[in-house]
Formats: sequence, C-alpha cells, structure tokens
Amino acid sequence: MNLLAPPFLYMYAAVLCTLLSSKHRAILLLVVPVLGLLSLLSYSTGNHVVLAMLGFELTFVRIDKLALVFSIIFSIAAFLSGIYAWHVRDKIQQVATLVYAGAAIGGVLAGDLITLFLYWEATAVASVFLIWARRTDASYATGMRYLIIQVLSGVLLLAGLLLHYNDTGSIAFEHLGLVSLGTWLIFIGFGIKCAFPLLHNWLQDSYPAATVTGTVILSAFTTKMAVYALARGYAGTEILIYIGAVMTLFPIFFAEIENDLRRVLAYSLNNQLGFMVVGVGIGTELALNGTAAHAFCHILYKSLLFMSVGAVLYRTGTSKASELGGLYKTMPVTMVCCLIGAASISAFPLFSGFISKSLILDASAKNGYYIVWFALVVASAGVLSHSGIKIPYFTFFAHDSGKRPAEAPIHMRIAMIITAFLCVFIGVFPGVLYALLPYQVEYKPYTTSHVLAQMQLLCFALLAFVFLMRKGLHPPEVRGVNLDSDWIYRKLAPGLLPSIVTAVGSSVTSAQDSIKSTAVTLTRRLSGFARPGGVLSISWGVNSMVLMVTVMMLLVLVFNFI
Amino acid sequence: MISDQLPALVIVIPMLAAPLCVLVRKPIVCWAIALVANFLVVLSAWALFEKVREDGVIRYALGGWAAPTGIEYYVDMMNATMLLLVSFISCVTLVYAYKSVSKTVLTSKHYLFYAAWMLCLTGLLGISITGDAFNVFVFLEISSLSMYMLIAFGTDRRALTASFRYLIMGSIGASFILIGIGFLYAATGALNMVDLAQRIPDAESQRAVLVAFSFLTIGLMIKSAVFPLHGWLANAYQHSPIAVTAFLAGTATKVSLYVLLRFFFSIFGPDYSFGAMLLNVVLLPAAVAGFVLLSLVAIFQSDLRRMLAYSSVAQIGYIIAAFCLASQSGLTAGIVHIINHGIIKTALFMSVGCILYKVGHTHSHSLDNLMQKMPLTVTAFILSGLGLIGVPLTVGFVSKFSLISAAMERGWWMVGALVLLSSLFAIVYIGRVVEIMLFRKSRTETPAPVGRSEAPLMMLVPMYVLIGISIWFGVSGSTTLSVAADAAAALLGGYQ
Repeated sequence: MNLLAPPFLYMYAAVLCTLLSSKHRAILLLVVPVLGLLSLLSYSTGNHVVLAMLGFELTFVRIDKLALVFSIIFSIAAFLSGIYAWHVRDKIQQVATLVYAGAAIGGVLAGDLITLFLYWEATAVASVFLIWARRTDASYATGMRYLIIQVLSGVLLLAGLLLHYNDTGSIAFEHLGLVSLGTWLIFIGFGIKCAFPLLHNWLQDSYPAATVTGTVILSAFTTKMAVYALARGYAGTEILIYIGAVMTLFPIFFAEIENDLRRVLAYSLNNQLGFMVVGVGIGTELALNGTAAHAFCHILYKSLLFMSVGAVLYRTGTSKASELGGLYKTMPVTMVCCLIGAASISAFPLFSGFISKSLILDASAKNGYYIVWFALVVASAGVLSHSGIKIPYFTFFAHDSGKRPAEAPIHMRIAMIITAFLCVFIGVFPGVLYALLPYQVEYKPYTTSHVLAQMQLLCFALLAFVFLMRKGLHPPEVRGVNLDSDWIYRKLAPGLLPSIVTAVGSSVTSAQDSIKSTAVTLTRRLSGFARPGGVLSISWGVNSMVLMVTVMMLLVLVFNFI
Repeated sequence: MISDQLPALVIVIPMLAAPLCVLVRKPIVCWAIALVANFLVVLSAWALFEKVREDGVIRYALGGWAAPTGIEYYVDMMNATMLLLVSFISCVTLVYAYKSVSKTVLTSKHYLFYAAWMLCLTGLLGISITGDAFNVFVFLEISSLSMYMLIAFGTDRRALTASFRYLIMGSIGASFILIGIGFLYAATGALNMVDLAQRIPDAESQRAVLVAFSFLTIGLMIKSAVFPLHGWLANAYQHSPIAVTAFLAGTATKVSLYVLLRFFFSIFGPDYSFGAMLLNVVLLPAAVAGFVLLSLVAIFQSDLRRMLAYSSVAQIGYIIAAFCLASQSGLTAGIVHIINHGIIKTALFMSVGCILYKVGHTHSHSLDNLMQKMPLTVTAFILSGLGLIGVPLTVGFVSKFSLISAAMERGWWMVGALVLLSSLFAIVYIGRVVEIMLFRKSRTETPAPVGRSEAPLMMLVPMYVLIGISIWFGVSGSTTLSVAADAAAALLGGYQ
C-alpha cells in the first residue's frame, strides 16, 4: 500500500506519461486523479507511509478530516482540468500537470515539515512549466520571476523548519503558532504562496501569463495548499484576521480597473483567499470549517470562471475586456457556465459560494470582529461587481465586438458543465459538503435572515451597477476601438466605483513603476561585475591571477601572525 | 594474497597502462587498454573501500620499506571514498570519451590522449592514497602535467592559452605546496603524515610551521580553484575537450579539496587550522563570496561550458564553507557535496558534450527547441540541473540540507541564508537554459525540419549511469551521508 499513496501515483504517471502517445497521455490525465482519489479514500485516519529519509522519519500520508477535504477537492480539480485540457498535445505541459497536482496533494497529506517542504518545492518547479509552455518572451520572464518567488517561499520554509527543528527537536507539522524566529519564517513562506498583501504580485503576474489550460490548473493548487498549511499550522493566529481582511479589500480596486479578464480573475482569486485567511485567523471550529468549505467551493467556481474565460481566449485569442463583448450569441454554453461561476463567486443563494462564505462571515460576527465582518461584506459587494458582473458582462454582453467565435470545444464544454453542476449541487445540497468538513457542524445557511441579507446586498450592488452603466456608457465610442484601448475601459470603470478607484490604482501603479525602475538601474549597476565584460566574467590574465595569489598570501600571513 | 596489495595495484595499473598505450598506438586498442585498466582500478578501489569499511584503516608500506624511511599508503574511509569516486568517474567518462574524442582530436594523437588520461588518473589516485606529504607533491605534479596536456587537446586554439595559464597557475600552486612541505620538513624532520601530525605541536620553530601552513593554504586554494584564485578554471573547462572537462570537473578539484582536508584536519588538526590560525577570516569569506558572486556570474554566461565552469567554482565555495564549520556535521556536508557534485557536474558536462557533439556549439541562445531534437540529452541536462539547484529528492538537496543544518547548528545564520540565496541564482542559470531548450521558438525564419538526432549510445549510457546513481543517492540520502559521516569521523579523529 505504501507504494500506492496518492502523490506517488501521480509521480509514476508523470514518468509513464513521457513514454505514451498523446491520446493515451490525455486519458492518463483523467485516470490518475480517479485512482488517486480511490487510493486516498482507502486509508484510515492516522499516519501512513512513514519512510526513513535524510535521517528523519518522514510521514508521507497523514489522513485526518482537514487533509482529506483538501486532497479530495484537489483530486476533483485535477480531474476536471484533465477534461478541460483534453486537446493539449504538449507532453511537457501534461507531465508538469501531473507532477504539480501530485505534489499539491502530497503537500496536503504531508505529516511533517520536511515532507511538506519536498512537495512545496515540487509544486514550484512543476508549475513554472505551465507558464513557460506559452512559449513567449513575456511568459519566460514571468515564469522566471514566478519561479524565483515560489522557490524563495520554499527557502524560507526550509530555513524556518531547520530553526524550528533546532529549537524544539521536532519536525511534526502540527499547530505551530508565531512563537519563534523559525515559525515566523515558515509563516512568511506560507504567506508568499498564499499571496498575502505585498507578497501577492506573483499571482497576478503569472496566472494570466500561463497557457489557457495552465491557468485553470494553476488557479486550483498553489494558493489553496498554502491556505491548508496556514490552517494546519497557524489556526487562531489573530494577525491573520487582519491580513485576510486587507486581502479581501485591496484587490478590488485593481480588479475594477484591470482590462485583462484573466488578470481580473487573478485579483479576485486573491480576494477570495482573503476570506479563507480570515477564517484561519479566527480559528474557531466554525471558522475553520468555513475556510475548508470556502476553499472547496472556491476551487470549483474559480476554475469554472478561468475555464470560461480561457475558452473565450482559446476561441478569440484575447481576454481583454475592451476587445470582447456580445459573445453570448455564439457561445451560449460557455456563457451560461460563466454566469453560474459568477453567481457562485458572488454568493447568490443556491450557489456554492453562498453556503461557504456565510460560515466565515458568521464566524467573524460571532467572535466580535465586527469591523472585519463589515470589511468582508464590503468585499463581497466588490466581488459581485468585478467577478460576478464584470466578467460575464464584458465578455458575453456589453457592446458587440463583432466577434463570432465558435462555441468552446466539446471537451471544454463538458468540463465546464460538470464544474457548473457541482457549483449548483453544493449550493442546493450543502449537507454533502458539510459532511466532509473537519468539524461537526450544525449550520443552516438557508435561514431567512441570511438569504434576505445576502439578496439585499446583491440586489443593491446590481442596481448600482445598472444605474452607473447607463449613466457612464457612451456606446459609439466604445465600439470598434481595438487598438490599445485600455483608456476607454478606464473611463468606463469609474462608473462602477467612485473615481477614487482610478486614483488609488494609478498612484499605486506609478509608485510601483518608479520603485521598479530604480531597482532595475540599481541591480544593473550592482551586477555589472558579473555581466559579460564585467570583472568576474572575463578571462583573467596570468598577471592578474598572480597578483591575486600575492594578495591572498599577504592576507593569510597577516591574519596568521596577528 | 592479492587483496593485500590492493593499495599498490590502484596506482600501478593505470601507471602501466600509460606506456602501454604509447607502445600500441592504435586508437581503439589504446582506448580499450585504458578502459580495462580503469575498470580494474574501480574494482580494486571498491574492494579497498569495502575492506576499510569493515576492518578499519589500512597502512601499506610501499616496496616493503617501513614508514619513516619508505613511503606509506594510508587508507581510511576518507581516502577510500575518494579513490572510489575518482576511479569511477574516470571510468564512466572514459567510456563516454571515445566518441567525442574521435570526433575532435586528430586520430594520430589518440594514443597520447589516452596515455595522458591514464597518467592523470594515476596522479589523482596517488594523491588520494598516499600517506606521505612529499609523495603528495609528486603525484600532484604527475596529474597536473598530464592535465595540461589533456586540456591542450582542445579543438580551439584558445585551448593552448587556457592550458598555458593553467600551467602557470598550477605550477605556482604546486610550488607553494612544495615550499609548505619543505618548511614542515625543516620544522619537524618528517614527511610521513602520521609523523607530521604527531610532531607539529612539539616542533621547535612554530613560526616555520606557520609559514608552512600559509603556503599550503594558498597552494591548495589555487589547485582547488577557490575564489578568488579560480581564474584558471573557466578557460580550462571551456576550451578543453568536453570529455576532459567532465573528467576534471568530477575529479581534479575534488582531489585538491581532499588534500586540503587532509592537511587542515589530519595533519594540522582542526583546532590549529580553524582555531588558532584564524583561517576563518580568510577562507570562509572567500568561500562565501565565491558561491554568491560566481553563481551570479554564471547567470550571465551565454556559453554552457563557461556557465557550468563558474557554477563549479561556486559549488567549491559551498564545500569550503562546509569545511570551515570544522565540525562533524560540517565536514559530513562538505564531503557529501564532494561526492554529489562530482557526480552531477560530470553528468552535466556530459550532456553538454552530447549537445556539442550533435549541434557543434554550446551557445545557449541558439539551442532553441533542442528538446525536439535531442530529448534524452535535454532530459539528462534537466535532471542533473535540478540536482545542481538542490531540488528535493536530488543529491543537491541532500548536500544543501546537510550544509544548511550544519551551519545552523554552529549558529552561522548568514552563511545558511547566503547558501539559500545562491541556490536561487542556480535556479536562474539552469532554468534559463532549460526554458530555451524546451520552449523557445526558433529564431530563424524558416526553421529546419526538426528530426530526432540523438547523441550516440556510447555517450548517452555513461551519462545516464551517473544520473541513475545521482537519483539513487538523492532519494536515499542516507547512503552517501553515512559514508561521508564515517569519512568525517576519520578526519576529525586524527591518526590512530
């Protein structure tokens, strides 16, 4: 049984994948998650697959309810993205997907910090290939930045775990808390992957840069693995509540002014993570249930949204709001699925987001974090406007772009329909998901007050949107401008929220730009010695080498005789 | 009993193979002779290794002359490991060398090439096995002179200048070592290492010992290419025949590092070297600057061989930093990295050699989409590249992990942090090339139809043997760690 642990299955499959023909590879991508799930469910609660490595006993499979719910949804996500990526013939992407999904599941099942680190690094290395696979210069640069940041997170984790091990003599991955330098380093390592504010840029940078299918896959694993790690190690750490609250709020501004829809989704992903982080920070049973449930639902509806926008990108070659519109005529299935995803992320009653988000909102209100609760409510309204309305509206409705793409390929439609079905199913029968959660819950999402409050929020937000759209829209100008038309969109955007949005957004952007340019010149100057022609990079003549010997000899003598 | 004569056989076999090659002259026969000799050496080294592991230290009086008068071979876990590593890498590389050498070296010179190779191997093994300080110098000269010759076999004319520069620097290094040994002899009247270790603390002129120590330090730093005395290395690695580069990268600097260990720990003792002598003030900063700066330099290199050469200097920095910890765990980390880096760097140079063989150059920018053309070679490059970076489950990770935990044990946070930083640089320089090979679109307007055109099996098989071993060592990190720990204990325990 040891050899058939879920993460190992994925790794075998990755090796096998390199030998198969493209059709068989696509099938393999579907079969492995199913086998992995079966293998997963065959384990009983407790530690399994304990192997001696590097002088430690490493626990590769630790089953408890928290690990189970995350690894189940990861398996489902791997399966769905397998269907969605049926058309992909690129062996590198398929191998990377398998390794990446396997590593994410492995990370969730890891029973100690070293195993966690092994998989933590593996997700970083495997996932970068999904970005590079787009094969553009920009995706190369993005991928490299992404890789460095991801590995930096791993490096912090490694440093932290060694410190922690030095302090306590234990590598067990249990509750850690912010008690020492080591646990702080681990915390920051987790925080990078979880895209904490100011550590978040890699997310918006990289996800929109990946391939159509790559983004769907990327969106599911890395950040949720970090949420899991936080829930395991830092539940009830108060600072997380405020970090989470900030995370829910600030991406809204950026999402509002952003034109690339995949980037909008990346910002909204960040915002959704905020909800989960708040749940971890509160740390009560209800709140942790909320985090797990929200991660579960979120993976589904976020994948769905990325799938639908991806399908549009696949068919039209663009995901810019200003270049899209009116696609409902030819892509009705994609449109309906996108709407279901939008309704789920906006937490409409009867959709999955509603039954998970209310757990976290309730937990924050019950524990007296009213300001946080309010922030989350505001953020919910923001979600509605940038993900719930903006994504479907500008893609499928709005002004007619004149594009008449074909409907998404059949396998993409199947993937989207299944995902959409799951979103609705969970929304209608929340008990199924609640049964999976780490703690026993007796929670009723569909009370009158919940539904009413949520509907009020949603209706007013919708109303505001409609009102502002009518006032702010100038149809003749919008239509037909297909050159670098970001400014039109930026002119539209202030209609959605007061012009503060633009001001905040642009000032932050310009500040970032200036910091970036200074940093670039500085590094260029500093690394001058290492570049070709620099002092360290040229071949040294004999005389300079001998001079160096003399200098070193002098140093050694001086220090030895002191 | 032949097994009693193993220490001598390890040296005698390759030494006899060299003149035999010169007499025979027929390229393929020379190669076969060298290979058979090398294979026998691997077997003897393996037998020695097992014997030392079971029975402890072997002391062998060469020619039957007892220690103070004659030359003694002293084999403990440290030497035995080095003998096995050097002979094995040489053997694998020799298999690999045949194809690439027949393509680049004039057929009429082949016999010289293999003869020089055998001499070089003799020298390297001799350095590793001998228990006599002056004998170290002799073997050092044998290996160095044959090495200069091997490098000069490079196709490019720049190989000659590279070899010449190495000759100058190598000779300076060797003379420093000789001067050091001379001073030691003057101060103690002994050349046998065991005697030296005993007599140094009581030597009349401690100043002479100090001077000896300083000369030895610098001499060994040159030979093992420790930053900033690494100047000879980049050109030598770039312009010599690629098989030679693979051989040197895996063995030559490693053997010099071994001598450094032997002198610092067995002869002078860690307390002298790293306590009273303040070696940490010179050696540690040099090591740390080396791995940080040269990893950075490697990022900007467009030639794969040069990039890997700079990366080698950086890796040597790791090893030296680990030595500077002067603790059991530090030495273990350093020795494990000698083994691991020897294997992966050889494998990396082999994969670059395959590229050179088929593509004809190693400019990374023009290797776009190489995956289509040479999937096995590129896979090998990626696998060993991951090892170089230190991704978990590769040998590099075993090294990195043990080095960092050793540094933390000593409380050297900064060193640990800088190791991590420089491993980030390694990601960039390997990742950059991998991205080009896998994803970059061809720059030419009409890309030539890409067909599979893999390097010959005789180059691929040895490369994958090394990679297989590195994966095995990476997954079960304890195999190499326990050997290294034994070797470290042998060094720290001093001579019995």
